[in-house]
Amino acid sequence: MLASRVVSWWKMVTADEGDWDMVDVIETPMPGVGVRYGMTARSGRALGVVSHHTGRRDLIVYDAADPDAALVAVELTEDEGKALGELLGGSRIVEQIQDLVHQVEGLMIDWVRVGEDAELAHETLGNAAVRTKTGASVVALVRGDEAIPAPGPDDQLLPGDTAVVVGTPHAVRALAQLLHSER
Amino acid sequence: MDTASSTLLLELGVVVLALAIVARLARRVGLPAIPFYLLAGLAFGQGGIADVGAAEQFIEVGAEIGVILMLLMLGLEYSAEELVTNLRRSVGAGVVDMVLNFVPGLAAGLLLGWDLLPSVLLGGVTYISSSGVVAKLLADLDRVGNRETPVVLTLLVIEDLAMAAYLPIVGGILFGGSPAKTVVTVVGAMVVVAAVLGMALRWGDRVSSLALSGSSEVLMLTLLGVTLVVAGLAERIQLSAAVGAFLVGIALSGEVASLGRGLLLPLRNLFAAVFFMFFGLSVDPTLIPEVALVAGSLALVTTVTKVATGWWAAGREGIGKRGRMRAGTALVARGEFSIVIATLGVQREADLGALAAAYVISLAVIGPLLSRFADSLATLTDGRAGYPRAGHSRPSV
Repeated sequence: MLASRVVSWWKMVTADEGDWDMVDVIETPMPGVGVRYGMTARSGRALGVVSHHTGRRDLIVYDAADPDAALVAVELTEDEGKALGELLGGSRIVEQIQDLVHQVEGLMIDWVRVGEDAELAHETLGNAAVRTKTGASVVALVRGDEAIPAPGPDDQLLPGDTAVVVGTPHAVRALAQLLHSER
Repeated sequence: MDTASSTLLLELGVVVLALAIVARLARRVGLPAIPFYLLAGLAFGQGGIADVGAAEQFIEVGAEIGVILMLLMLGLEYSAEELVTNLRRSVGAGVVDMVLNFVPGLAAGLLLGWDLLPSVLLGGVTYISSSGVVAKLLADLDRVGNRETPVVLTLLVIEDLAMAAYLPIVGGILFGGSPAKTVVTVVGAMVVVAAVLGMALRWGDRVSSLALSGSSEVLMLTLLGVTLVVAGLAERIQLSAAVGAFLVGIALSGEVASLGRGLLLPLRNLFAAVFFMFFGLSVDPTLIPEVALVAGSLALVTTVTKVATGWWAAGREGIGKRGRMRAGTALVARGEFSIVIATLGVQREADLGALAAAYVISLAVIGPLLSRFADSLATLTDGRAGYPRAGHSRPSV
């Protein structure tokens, strides 16, 4: 088998419905070229990105009739790829964290929005003791336009914050539960 | 200026110009240049159009450097980590590829009544696809982003890695003498290959940063110097210069590897062209008609076996019919490495050179053509697109 695997579930919780929207991104190494990421949009179309070792990025739209074949391949420079990512709603943090994911197998990164009535809302990270409880850590908080890259024990988890959570998949799921579930 | 040196310059100039003309022709018709270089060599050779007597010595050395540079560049494409991961994960596909494509060549050699060594070499000739031609093909046909492409690349990597094991074995048999001595040589070679791979995995970054320099001139000279020294040492311990160069390429990674690829590419292009022409020169063109039938049948059989290999390997990844056909046909082209392998045995079996030349010339042309029409071929097989229905057990992308 190829070394394909699901890299990340970009989970996003819509605050009012508590609805989980998961996107499977499949990563396949391409020896000598780089890495290919693929996903199928809800609309049914398959999309992909080939990330070349050289920094070049190819944005691929697959053929609806033959989802293995690239219908359109747009070559982008590293900077253009970043710009497009920003336009599509990514952020630079995502990219940095993705690099981290690539280095460590078995590690999962998740973005979890802190719910209005979550068990841990308004708690400081020190009091919340999430690592003791679940085994996963909060490595960054995103509050509006501001990012708190390495939150300390005194930083609070405010409703509406997005917590960047790192740990084994099991631990991350447990912590995500605490962050969005009601008390 | 004395006549000897002016003759040399003239002959060399004519040779390089001839290569330029055939390469231009190849580009015009959208085919790889390798078969055209080989044909040019055949034309210049014994009984051919022109005599290149004085330039022959330069061409001979240039050809050797060409092999070394081709293998170095190949090694620079991959990191040791990529090789090891791919080997571990796709060894099954690699074995199928080897069995299906090595056996026909080996069998043909034995049926022709050749010795074991040239037969084993012919097996190598039919086994290994041309990474260069295939990579170019995928880029030209805009298939780099296709889902079947990682399958193709993975098979190519495994073949390239298999070469690193195969060449020392053949070298061992070639120079070995007594069976015991052969075993010692082969085992020694394997240990060296494994040790270098291990070191590259561990200290590749540090070795690479040693070579790094602000000046591209210094970097180019360093890379070339190191590679030639290692290749020479490897040859001395009967590991084969090509494998030495390949290992240098593997050991280098990161910035050095990407800069080095750019710097060495023009050199590689020149000397590789010289190598193919030299191989053509060393083949007696009058032997070609004799081996044409065997070469043709072998090309036919191993086209089918390569397509089957790609078809099967892509199928395992849940890829649809057209993708499987694209993967299979992409692998058909044989080229540079088949010729490198054949070079080792032309002394022992004159027919091997002619057979390999005819075989590579046909498959380096047939492969790209088949690949271009892969989609229509897949549709032909049952008259419809034949894609697995939605909900079939295949990954989402």
